[in-house]
Amino acid sequence: MATVEKRHGWLWTWLDRRVGLAELEKLARKKEIPVHRHTVWYYLGGMTLFLFMIQVSTGILLLFYYRPSAEEAFESVQFLMAEVEFGWLIRSIHSWAANLMILMLFVHLFSVLLLKAYAPPREITWFSGMGLMGLAMGFGFTGYLLPWNELAYFATKVGTEITGAMPVIGGFLRRLLRGGDEVTGATLTRFYGIHVAVLPALTTGLLGLHLFLVQRHGMSVPPGVAGRGAPRRTMPFLPNFLLRDLVGWLSALAILAALAAYLPAELGRKADPFLPAPAGIKPEWYFMFMFQTLKYLPAYVLGVEGEIVGIVGFGVGGLFLALIPFLDRRTARGEASRLFTWIGVAIILYMVVLTYLGYTASATK
Amino acid sequence: MRLAGLGYALALLLTLASWPAEGASPPTDRCAACHLETGDERLAGPAREFAGDIHAAKGLGCIACHGGDARESGLEAMDPAKGYIGKPKRQQILQVCGRCHSDAQFMKRYNPSLRVDQVTEYASSVHGRRLKELGDSKVATCASCHPAHSIRPPSDPKSSVHPLRVADTCGRCHADAKYMAGYKIPTDQLQKYKSSVHSQAMTVKGDLSAPTCNDCHGNHGAVPPGISWVGNVCGQCHTVMAELFKKSVHAKVFVEMGNPGCATCHENHAIKPASDEMLGLGDKAVCAACHGADDKGGKAATEMRARIDALRTAHDKAQAILLKAEHSGMEVSQASFDLNAASGALVKARTAVHAFSVDAVAKEAEPGLAVSGKAFARGVRALEELAFRRKGLVVSVVIILALIVGLVLKIRQVDRRQEGRDG
Amino acid sequence: MADEAVDREATRRRFINWFLGTSAGAFLLSVLYPVGRYLIPPAVGESTAGTVTLAIKPDDVKPNTGQIFKFGSRPGILVRTAQGELKAFSAVCTHLSCTVQYRSDISHIWCACHNGHYDLNGKNIEGPPPRPLDAYVANARGNQIVVSKGA
Repeated sequence: MATVEKRHGWLWTWLDRRVGLAELEKLARKKEIPVHRHTVWYYLGGMTLFLFMIQVSTGILLLFYYRPSAEEAFESVQFLMAEVEFGWLIRSIHSWAANLMILMLFVHLFSVLLLKAYAPPREITWFSGMGLMGLAMGFGFTGYLLPWNELAYFATKVGTEITGAMPVIGGFLRRLLRGGDEVTGATLTRFYGIHVAVLPALTTGLLGLHLFLVQRHGMSVPPGVAGRGAPRRTMPFLPNFLLRDLVGWLSALAILAALAAYLPAELGRKADPFLPAPAGIKPEWYFMFMFQTLKYLPAYVLGVEGEIVGIVGFGVGGLFLALIPFLDRRTARGEASRLFTWIGVAIILYMVVLTYLGYTASATK
Repeated sequence: MRLAGLGYALALLLTLASWPAEGASPPTDRCAACHLETGDERLAGPAREFAGDIHAAKGLGCIACHGGDARESGLEAMDPAKGYIGKPKRQQILQVCGRCHSDAQFMKRYNPSLRVDQVTEYASSVHGRRLKELGDSKVATCASCHPAHSIRPPSDPKSSVHPLRVADTCGRCHADAKYMAGYKIPTDQLQKYKSSVHSQAMTVKGDLSAPTCNDCHGNHGAVPPGISWVGNVCGQCHTVMAELFKKSVHAKVFVEMGNPGCATCHENHAIKPASDEMLGLGDKAVCAACHGADDKGGKAATEMRARIDALRTAHDKAQAILLKAEHSGMEVSQASFDLNAASGALVKARTAVHAFSVDAVAKEAEPGLAVSGKAFARGVRALEELAFRRKGLVVSVVIILALIVGLVLKIRQVDRRQEGRDG
Repeated sequence: MADEAVDREATRRRFINWFLGTSAGAFLLSVLYPVGRYLIPPAVGESTAGTVTLAIKPDDVKPNTGQIFKFGSRPGILVRTAQGELKAFSAVCTHLSCTVQYRSDISHIWCACHNGHYDLNGKNIEGPPPRPLDAYVANARGNQIVVSKGA
């Protein structure tokens, strides 16, 4: 006991008696990270988590000045950017970290997909990850409208309009999202509530489950590595892996700071529902591949409206992606599953190409 | 009993339904009944149109203008003995309309604010004089602009004399080269007017107070403004320019030269939005029509243009830098607020051109230049502040890098210890 | 010999720990400084969106006078009528955006650029202005004048 106290100090001991820090320490020391040529992908989840934490803290800071109403939203953001010291920094970081987080999420998701880390017993980890992905996109979609500027207004209009094309429940869903028949101040208030209360609550729960499962099952070793039977090298999570994580996080922070200083988040013009839509309305980049797909679909596919086909298609695609742990029987049996590797590659290629086209194809076409 | 009640209610309903709108034609007017049934459009058309006429709305029937007896249902109604005059002749129209419209006592019962001098006015117009003196039957009379049977007040957008439609109404004759062939006046006024800044203000910006034909020519007393009083007409709205112009050296010279005041430089019908290019001796400059680079006026024009250009450039430069600063998230609202004074000065300097003196322009432009200079300086400061942010960024990035280096060293140390332990 | 190696190792570790601690401290400061400054409310106090509190006391605006104030980056004009009523309008002339002023001699709001006149309801009554001035709502709250857009 005395030695422990000497090593950690009296505060630790005091806390340990009451909270049981020693058990936690034991748990943390037990966690080991496999070391192999794919270890680098293990950092992505942590990186996403770090960016999420940045989002939470900058988001809370933004709440100090933001006012969620059509009359005041734009002006309060303008005030924040112009009058509040470092307001520009907080908002720019929030906006950039959101984009980086989604990017990291995509990379994390596809690395897990390609490394077949969804294999039993990690199906629920995969489902919760897919859920978190949906929540993150929800964060992006609702947060985009909050500054109440022209571009966001029309992007939201288009975005919610697309929801309306869904069969059967589309019209109802659109009304529910918009808080009325049109995108108005009511939509803004609604999106605000979703952005700062509903989604964070859901995310906390789902993220807790996700982390708990990761902790419980440990890091998944890809079948290609595990199958070789080479002696497995590991490194302790504490401190070796955590220190490396920290290096990554700090680099991300430096990049965020640079982006915020050189490409600060713009505000544009206040939304005016009575103005014609400006040219070149674009959704956030992570919705671009869907937006572009809908553009390429013909007006009618086999007698069904193209837009509906697209939306149902994306729904089925998302469901397929979510159910992969059940569909991929070979991986579940521990065999190599080339088919699903190719499916993963095909999805990545599809998204990259369509996103590229979305940004380069002429807006008038 | 019940049936009787129903019948009574029905009768009441019918009475209500057939009750004339306030002052509509009295129920004894039988003219329309036959005219609508004749099947002859020449006879039915006017009767139908008349329903939308202001006179019908005020309770005046056919006989108010055409005479006769509306109570008769047959051809007896149109007995000249009963005052029936049929279609009034051109010379007659004036008298028919004037009978009421020149009677102040009578008009008061309908619209006390309506003028009653239209016939007198008309007599002073070119139309009226030609009709009276030459018996010219092609000139416009009341019904040419206020189409009989569908006369509406000028405030009604469907009216032929609504501000938006006046130009087309006049143009019906004046833009018709064939119709105007006998007269020695051009027929391109309508086309020219439609290209003018006034027409744009009216049709595009919806400013119904912008001038159309009648605002400069008069309506009932329509005449072309005389050379010497063009300035007074334009000065109705453009007061400051007119004042300056009246006191300027050009006022007298233009009269001597027979130039039509404002229209000398701005044209009469095809008045373009005034631009800085009109000043000076350049391609589009109107001064160059009389002045050259060597005479005093030419030099003054060039100098005035230079002053205005300098102010405009300074203002635009300041505005651009403030905009850039604003887009970068800098607070420059006070500077943009102050810069409003410079754009005001620019407007005033452009106005001052009409005094045709360098001093007058300079007096307005100088304060604007000073304000622009200050606003620009503040824009520069704001951008410097932005650069300072980047320095702050460099400092924090250096700190982060140091921390990363520390972590990397630590990692190596930890790894070494680990290997030592494993080995 | 071995002692020396252990010594060197210990010095090294001390140095690394010191370096890590210092840079972590500096890092924390560089995060906390902007956050702290961010939390301090700015001097302006409130977003200048729909309302502005003027630096003019109600008593300082005599009847039949007017003055220009700053509403965002645009000028506004505050007028106290001869009857003592406070009124506020956008001071941007609807003709060519010059700043208008109050003329006590004729009790008009007047634009010097092209002699545009507005009455005390902001209506254009003479000269080239095509539209009335945008009206604001002016309220005296205690010792302050608050002007807001719209009702």
